[in-house]
Amino acid sequence: MKQMINVALPKGRLGEKAYNIFEAAGYECPSIREENRKLIFENEEKGIRYFWVKPSDVVIYVERGAADIGIAGKDIILEYSPDIYELADLGMGKCRMAVACKKDFCDNRDRTLRVATKFPNIAKRYYNLQSREIDIIKLNGSIELAPILGLSDVIVDIVETGKTLYENDLEPRETIVDISARLVANKVSYKFKNAEITRMCEKIAEQIKA
Amino acid sequence: MSISDLVLKNDEKAIFGLRELYSSYGYMKYKVSKFEEYDLYARNKSFLISENILTFTDTDGRLMALKPDVTLSIIKNIGNGQQGTHKLYYNENVYRTSASADGFREIMQTGLECIGDIDLYAMSEVITLAQKSLDTISGDNILDLSHMGFVLGLMEELGILDADADILVGYIGHRNIPAIKAFCADRGLSEGDTAKICKMTELYAPIKDALWAVSDMVCGDRMRAAFDELSGICRILDASGDTDRIYLDFSTVNDMNYYNGVIFKGFVKGIPDSILSGGRYDSLMAKMGKKAGAIGFAVYLDMLERLPCDERRYDVDTVLLYDAADAELVMKIADELRAEGKSVKIERGATGNVRYKQLLKVNGEGVEILEAND
Repeated sequence: MKQMINVALPKGRLGEKAYNIFEAAGYECPSIREENRKLIFENEEKGIRYFWVKPSDVVIYVERGAADIGIAGKDIILEYSPDIYELADLGMGKCRMAVACKKDFCDNRDRTLRVATKFPNIAKRYYNLQSREIDIIKLNGSIELAPILGLSDVIVDIVETGKTLYENDLEPRETIVDISARLVANKVSYKFKNAEITRMCEKIAEQIKA
Repeated sequence: MSISDLVLKNDEKAIFGLRELYSSYGYMKYKVSKFEEYDLYARNKSFLISENILTFTDTDGRLMALKPDVTLSIIKNIGNGQQGTHKLYYNENVYRTSASADGFREIMQTGLECIGDIDLYAMSEVITLAQKSLDTISGDNILDLSHMGFVLGLMEELGILDADADILVGYIGHRNIPAIKAFCADRGLSEGDTAKICKMTELYAPIKDALWAVSDMVCGDRMRAAFDELSGICRILDASGDTDRIYLDFSTVNDMNYYNGVIFKGFVKGIPDSILSGGRYDSLMAKMGKKAGAIGFAVYLDMLERLPCDERRYDVDTVLLYDAADAELVMKIADELRAEGKSVKIERGATGNVRYKQLLKVNGEGVEILEAND
């Protein structure tokens, strides 16, 4: 029997773009394009099975081996530091993790900096390197509101074009790290399904170059 | 006494199998106490898998710890200057936190240490035992081998030292080729040197093929020594068995302060994490003031819970019902059934929520079959 490769795709635009690459690389699964409420899609002939999961959950599925392969943003990988292989940079979903604040904000190193973010680990690591004392405020959405309402001094968040920031009188000040989508693999799957996964990576690498 | 396979859980079966295996190689069981002075761990924190340690104050005011690790206790108690080697194994509960569980857990761990004059044969023996340990647990297994001297030797030759080496080792551990390329470009390494690091990282093949593949990139004394050691081990292992399931994987990296030579990790199909981990730890020995070499490994038996096993469809073979009047007869009948190798649960009236193959009732002189689910 052919070994099936389980692929966790992040729900949303990035996942759809990633699937297009898999499809072009010869791992198509037509049923995924049908309108229905199914959660799992497989193409037995190609030995592949896809499922959509919440973007921040992709690394959990991969780390625990429920998925052999996954597409995850570098932001998620940095935040959760999962024990997985990071096999390729898909070069899509490009953006950056940045510190942003109100345009008129003037940083004062004499005070503890209040940082609102969805990514507390990334923020802590960044300010630790600067030996800066911070107060982390973990939020789950609408991060931009925090400095406007005085909840925090700055925010650490993903910036793509910066449009939302500028429209709300905010601006990005420092870039922490550049982000893009990565092809990740479970460490043990990589060993037991090595031939299949390696072949898949090569085909996907060809697509990225093209 | 023989024990039916059905009664034992995966980890229990493994414990018996491993004890038998290690004893047959002349390894002695080594028992250590549950508690150890906290100080021992405080000095060697980065050797431990998790840094959290369960502590308490003993009656005399000393700060004690529930053992998070056994190797340190064994090394501490091994005397200096003995001829030959200490060959030991242990089977102990250790206490530590894991990334997935909140709080401390008690974890059953088995391990093996070979301490003393370690030569090529001794290393090969321990690696063979690691492989046989995996065989005991599941036939579908892989042992990944790496060598710190090879990885760090290459970095030394390329002038990547200290903090930079730590960063690069991290990337290698994640097989993160894009990050390695960016790192090398940033440090001004030539394309040829970058390609060497990438080749080493990407390599994943059975040891014989893999050694051949990397033979042309060996440079410098440290790397040469590591390569020769791996080749020697490969020759010895190959002479006594097959090496098809031993892979060379330089992305297997352990703490550089403790491990200095060969390191290895074992995997079985169905468990998404390594269940065996070990290596040569002369550096740890030196750090603890012992003049001897050492190599060993640990098997994490708690992981075996996740190994798929045949789910039992029945809790017992037979449920035997009886009335007060048949109390003497019921014991005799049940014993007869047990003698046939069946498990029997005796109930007065109702069966409860037990899943059974057969429901019998003692009925005056004999037994009546009420239900059969075969």
